[in-house]
Amino acid sequence: MTRLSRPDLAKRIAADIPVGAYVNLGIGAPTLVADYLPEDRNITLHTENGMLGMGPAAEGDQIDPDLINAGKIPVTELPGAAYFHHADSFGMMRGGHLDVCVLGAFQVSVKGDLANWNTGAPDAIPAVGGAMDLAIGAKSVWVMMDLLTKQGESKLVEQCSYPLTGVGCVSRVYTDLAVFEVGAEGATVLESFGESMDELRRLTGIDLKG
Amino acid sequence: MLSKISPSVSDALAGIADGATIMIGGFGLAGQPVELIDALLEQGATDLTVVSNNAGNGDHGLAALLAAGRVRKVICSFPRQSDSHVFDGLYRAGKIELELVPQGNLAERIRAAGAGIGGFFTPTGFGTTLAEGKETRTIDGRDYVLEHPIHADYALISAYRADQLGNLTYRKTSRNFGPVMASAARVTVAQVDRIVPVGSLDPESIITPGIFVTHVVETGDRPWIASGQFETEAEEAEA
Repeated sequence: MTRLSRPDLAKRIAADIPVGAYVNLGIGAPTLVADYLPEDRNITLHTENGMLGMGPAAEGDQIDPDLINAGKIPVTELPGAAYFHHADSFGMMRGGHLDVCVLGAFQVSVKGDLANWNTGAPDAIPAVGGAMDLAIGAKSVWVMMDLLTKQGESKLVEQCSYPLTGVGCVSRVYTDLAVFEVGAEGATVLESFGESMDELRRLTGIDLKG
Repeated sequence: MLSKISPSVSDALAGIADGATIMIGGFGLAGQPVELIDALLEQGATDLTVVSNNAGNGDHGLAALLAAGRVRKVICSFPRQSDSHVFDGLYRAGKIELELVPQGNLAERIRAAGAGIGGFFTPTGFGTTLAEGKETRTIDGRDYVLEHPIHADYALISAYRADQLGNLTYRKTSRNFGPVMASAARVTVAQVDRIVPVGSLDPESIITPGIFVTHVVETGDRPWIASGQFETEAEEAEA
């Protein structure tokens, strides 16, 4: 199989982010997208704990415990940065002011349902953080994930078996094997990195449109 | 002139009764009112409901309060962390109640309490297990869940500067829950690095007006600021 590496997938997602967009990158793999946003694109990063204009991770003397991102990692501020409180920050998301949000996922359904907060394991300590807010928190909600689990099961599914984070909220799914559009019309392959349509249908068990 | 300055963190928390609901500000270490949490542990009130984004890390601060059996219920968005073993143990043993709230709903429910809102419809959580049993409504084609305000007896928050009228400024992402929590509690206690004379805070830079603040306590520059590593514009102006 022709698989895109995580950095290459991050680069691929970055290329789709419009010039001048306000963007929230979820904790984990999506943060890699920040490394591929050229300065001249004027993209502003939002972190839900209260900042626009977030810069790269802080290193050495730059580390300031009062300046962290949603993953609680020390970051830096760029010229033009702004701080605000939590209710304003989530109002910014819920109110539809962010252009793009990129999230990780356990499962995404062909209709755009997202499951990324809880595997439903009986002994798990539940924790949701901002996941449900992010799921509905931008004009476009994109998912970045491997298409298959380590056991080879498709994470793009007809219906999520894990507890939902949001209903019909995802519009695009970037995976290591292909890029999909999802929504009320079902799943469409926008781009394959090497697999044929038939192979993608076989791997996902979904009647994908081309 | 009226003064909201409290001589110590223990004085500021003396009125907390058993069974109280306490909001605790902070997101991770940023904005965490460390000295106030330690003082709450000393103070002794028990059967508490704690409203905070997280449910304690390691064995200190909020985790120590939990370990001492003083908290009946936690209302938070993200209790599970790599070092949340105190909460995890109590939760698995059925010794603590958890109300899990999406982070933006948590902030908005607190804001609503402070703003006198009796409830609001939010899209966050619709169709998920966290909205089970809650009233829903479709407005202009979008689905919403009814959420209610969260009020508190006390809010314990951390800010950067205060004056004796209780006006507060914050520093960077440590602002987080401070302003909304300050508005939602009957009594708000702010620990600040420094208390400055009335008139020396630029009125345009005040984020939490003193009307929302009951007591301020000076706890001194935090280590990373005391070291002079992060001199701010305000400090340059003072110098």
